Formats: sequence, C-alpha cells, structure tokens
Amino acid sequence: MVSIGLGHYLTLAAIIFTIGVVGIFLNRKNVIVILMSIELILLAVNINLVSFSIFINDLSGQIFTLFILTVAAAEAAIGLAIIVVYFRNSNTIRVEEIKNLKG
Amino acid sequence: MIAHSVFFYIFSLIAIVSAVMVTVSKNTVHSVFFLILDFISISCLFIMIGAEFLGMIMLIVYVGAVAVLFLFVVMMLNVAEQKGQWFSSRWDGGTHIPVGLLVSLIIFFELIIVIGGWKYKPDLLNSLSLNISTEVTNTKSIGNVLYTDYILLFQISGMILLVAMIGAIVLTFRERAGVKRQSYVKQISRERDEGVDLVEAERNKGVKIDG
Repeated sequence: MVSIGLGHYLTLAAIIFTIGVVGIFLNRKNVIVILMSIELILLAVNINLVSFSIFINDLSGQIFTLFILTVAAAEAAIGLAIIVVYFRNSNTIRVEEIKNLKG
Repeated sequence: MIAHSVFFYIFSLIAIVSAVMVTVSKNTVHSVFFLILDFISISCLFIMIGAEFLGMIMLIVYVGAVAVLFLFVVMMLNVAEQKGQWFSSRWDGGTHIPVGLLVSLIIFFELIIVIGGWKYKPDLLNSLSLNISTEVTNTKSIGNVLYTDYILLFQISGMILLVAMIGAIVLTFRERAGVKRQSYVKQISRERDEGVDLVEAERNKGVKIDG
C-alpha cells in the first residue's frame, strides 16, 4: 500500500470541495442545506491548509485554519439568523419559492 | 505505516460518503447528522496527521456549536420532512442538474490537474519562518505563535465573533405586542410627582381611584 502523502490529503479536500459545490448547484430543497454545503467547502479549505502546514513543516497554516474556523462559525450564525427571519416573513425557505431577490 | 494508510482510507471514505449524504438526503435532520459525522471523521484525520489542537477545536466548534445550531434551526422552522423530494419537487424540464454536474466535474478535474502537476517553489522551504518544533506539543507551539505574532488577527477575529453575535440578535429580535417588558430608563427617570398622589380623604368614605 502506498504511504499517505500530501497528494492524498489534497485529493480528499478536492473531492469534498466538489461535493460542496454540487450541493450548492443542485439544491432546490431548502436554504439550510446550502449553508451546510458552504460549511463543507470551508472544511475542504481547512484540510488543504492543515495538510500543507504539516507537510512543509510550517505552523502558519494551522493558525490560518483557526481564523477560518472563527469566520465560518460567525457566518453560520448570521446565515441561520437571516433564514429564521426570512421564514418568519414568508413562511417558506424552499429555494424554488424564494423569488424576492429576482431583479 | 500500514495502519496509518488503512485509517486514512477509512476516515476519508466515511468523510466522502457522509458529505454526499449531506447533499442528497431527503430529511434535513439527517443532513445535519451526516454533517456531524463528516466533521468528526475529518477531525480524526487532523489528529492523525499531527494537528491535534485543530482536530479537537473542530470537534468543539463544529460538532458542539455549529451543528447543534443547524439542528436547532431545522427543528424550529419545522422544515425537516419534505417528502418525495431529492433535488426538486417537480421535474420541470429544467437543465440545472446536468449543467450543475458538468460544471462540478470540470471543477474537480481542474483541481486534480493542479494537484498532479504541482511542485514546490524552489526557495519556498528556505523562506519559512515558523518551523514546527518536535520538542513542544502542538497546542503549545500554536499558543506561542498565536498570542505573540498573530495577536492582532486574534483580536480582530474576536471582534468578528462579537459583531456576528450582535447581528444575529438584532436580526432575530422582535417586539411582540401585549408582552410586558421592563424598561430601565422609564424606571430610573420616574419622579416622585408622577408616582405619588396625595388625596384628601373624607371621613367615613373611602377614596375612589379610577385613573
């Protein structure tokens, strides 16, 4: 069995990133799943940063991952608050029926 | 080394499968559970690769806070069960599924090409400053750097969290009619004159108070 190198981790991150993008593109169900897909994308970025940090022996990647984690948590909180307000006003969060923002 | 490979493949397989399940599962609550599983397996990978602190922080922040927040919102909005829907309730001849899959495949292959043909810049390894030392633990070395070199970014991320908290409260706050609330300003600025009314009471008769 091949020993696990940087390429393996990067490929895993690429796969998870692509799944997140697919989730955003194809989702017609509700906005919460889109927010979860964004979390998946940020997770893929974190995998990239951590694996680079380990394999080139530099700590700054892990520090950046900490900050990305902070911003992701803040973004999830704000996004969910917006969804709650939207649901209160229009009683739906199905993506197909959100048409207020259409120009 | 063999064990390392085996565990890597197990955890990454779990992560990929649960990431797929996040996007395709019909029930939103199941999506949140698969998201939690995904975060747990990725944090296992982080711990395996040698970034213990980040793995544990991922567990605490994502599984303990963010995923529970998602779960709260899903249950509060009562949108969990939407029967018979995978991506769309009705197939209206739209082209978003094939086009979306095509674009995602292109993105994936671009990423793979980049990973395959990628090399270090020759002087990269000389220009590094924050080498990971093997003598202190991961947590300690992160702490050594985070509170000295990156203190400004650290404080700014604290400000971001504060702003997010205030923003979420302001967004979801609503005043309901008919609910009595305490108003400190009104309480404190109340004078004696508006609170006390001296009434001359006649003998053998009560005092009638009606506003």
